[in-house]
Amino acid sequence: MLEVRGISISFGGLKAVEDVSLLLKEGTIASLIGPNGAGKSTLFALVSGFLKPLRGSARFLGKDITGLPPHEICRRGMVRTFQIVQPFAAQTVRENVAVGAHLHHRNRREALARAEAVATRVGLAGQLDKLASSLTIAGRKRLELARALAAEPRLLLLDEVLAGLNPQEINEMLPVIRAIRDSGITVLMIEHVMQAVMSLSEYTWVLNYGSLIAQGTPAEISNNPQVIEAYLGRGTAERLRREAAGA
Amino acid sequence: MKELLALMGFGIVMAAVPLFVSSGFALNIIIMTLYAALLGQAWNILAGFGGQFSFGHAVFFGTGAYVAAVLQVRFGWNAWAALPAAVALGAAVGALVGALSFRYGLRGSYFALVTLAFAEVFRILSNTFEFTGAGVGMMIPLTESAADFQFASRAGFLYVILAFTLIACLVTWWLKHSRYGAWLQAIRDNEESAAALGVNVFRVKLGAIMISGALMAAGGVFYTQYFHYIDPHIAYGPGVSVEALLGPIVGGMGTLFGPLLGAAALHLLGELTRSLMGDAPGVSLMTYGLVLVLMVTFLPRGIIGLFSGRAAPAKPEEARRA
Repeated sequence: MLEVRGISISFGGLKAVEDVSLLLKEGTIASLIGPNGAGKSTLFALVSGFLKPLRGSARFLGKDITGLPPHEICRRGMVRTFQIVQPFAAQTVRENVAVGAHLHHRNRREALARAEAVATRVGLAGQLDKLASSLTIAGRKRLELARALAAEPRLLLLDEVLAGLNPQEINEMLPVIRAIRDSGITVLMIEHVMQAVMSLSEYTWVLNYGSLIAQGTPAEISNNPQVIEAYLGRGTAERLRREAAGA
Repeated sequence: MKELLALMGFGIVMAAVPLFVSSGFALNIIIMTLYAALLGQAWNILAGFGGQFSFGHAVFFGTGAYVAAVLQVRFGWNAWAALPAAVALGAAVGALVGALSFRYGLRGSYFALVTLAFAEVFRILSNTFEFTGAGVGMMIPLTESAADFQFASRAGFLYVILAFTLIACLVTWWLKHSRYGAWLQAIRDNEESAAALGVNVFRVKLGAIMISGALMAAGGVFYTQYFHYIDPHIAYGPGVSVEALLGPIVGGMGTLFGPLLGAAALHLLGELTRSLMGDAPGVSLMTYGLVLVLMVTFLPRGIIGLFSGRAAPAKPEEARRA
């Protein structure tokens, strides 16, 4: 579905993403994890056209999309959300979601009706006529998700849709994301909430300092010494292993 | 639908005015108010709906005014024939300004400065070339015949400017109820999000500045026909640019009726200060300035914000922060 090959970008001397390759299979929920500043969001920006890669390429649904503008990539069926939610604050929830629905529906009434249906799917039914600026953080995350869904994507890139939510809100969101996958949309998510990564995703890539350091199922990843060191510091994996052996 | 009915009612009432009012003074006030409403609506489409604040809308107005004058005086065109040409050129100048500034991602105050610079460049050009009458300006021949877009009575002018203003309002109504308008407002509130949802930001903004430019140019043609005279300062000076933005800011940006309300309120105020203070130069400008400061401070959503819970958008800075 999505094939990234040797993609790289630097900002000044900083190699934000360095030679990253990954192959995402259709119909799965996959995740991208890594410490802060590892380059996860930058990788999203590269794939979705918000940044142009220095080297490397991205293919989506068998076609090269490297360097295409964001709106063109969106039209081809890859829609992203933003880590820092960016609602159209002066507009209602319904109007916000309708902007996404307009991608495939010219008619205003039709788009508004679709918006209502999609908003209901993510649990925003009661807040359709509220201004986006009046929503709570959890509400805005749902709105971000609803807008992207309304654009009827084949692949959904979710950038930390669970960050900033309390445990109960996270538990409410998990089935929503699972339902999205079950409706035939492939999901690639950046996530810090490990509980979500473990329970949702079927495959995981780990980024650190702009490079891929590991990939595999979440269970494999959580035992990978390199990953443990990336998160907890050099030598930790060794110490944990010794402690486990000694105990 | 309610809005369309209200617009129709407004049109009928305005069209009936000459039946009951014959005073040239009163008709002139109404004409100038409608004219300000047209300029305001043109600016509102780009700024209120698209979030692109222009400080040089005179560049489109002046182009319309000069195209009408030049085609008539130098080429002997009929004024009605010059009207579509002027409107098309207004849109073309819009495309030029838009292509240059949007291509390079100019936003906010940078865009405002660039539009101001464009208006100044055009003012200097029209001040230089003999072709446009240079500093002396251009006078169009007086014929007072409806076939030449000149009318013996003010009622004729009132009907024309009313028609222009209603067209501008219909365009605005369409923005509120169409996909294009939804995209434009999405760009106003957040360009990145709009792009992520498949909106071609550059093309939508370009369309908005062309529509806005075309309507401003129609205002310019009307000015030329009504006053028979145009010079670089009138056409491209900052006065028109300010007039275009004052009405919508006072009335309510990003709304259908805000520019109409704002134009009416400002003209009432202008007449009031004139009758109270006499014709002391600058007094009406000072009151306009004061009103603008007060509005932005205490009523950022304009007069319309007093009546409706929402309608007018928050200022773009607020929207971004939220």
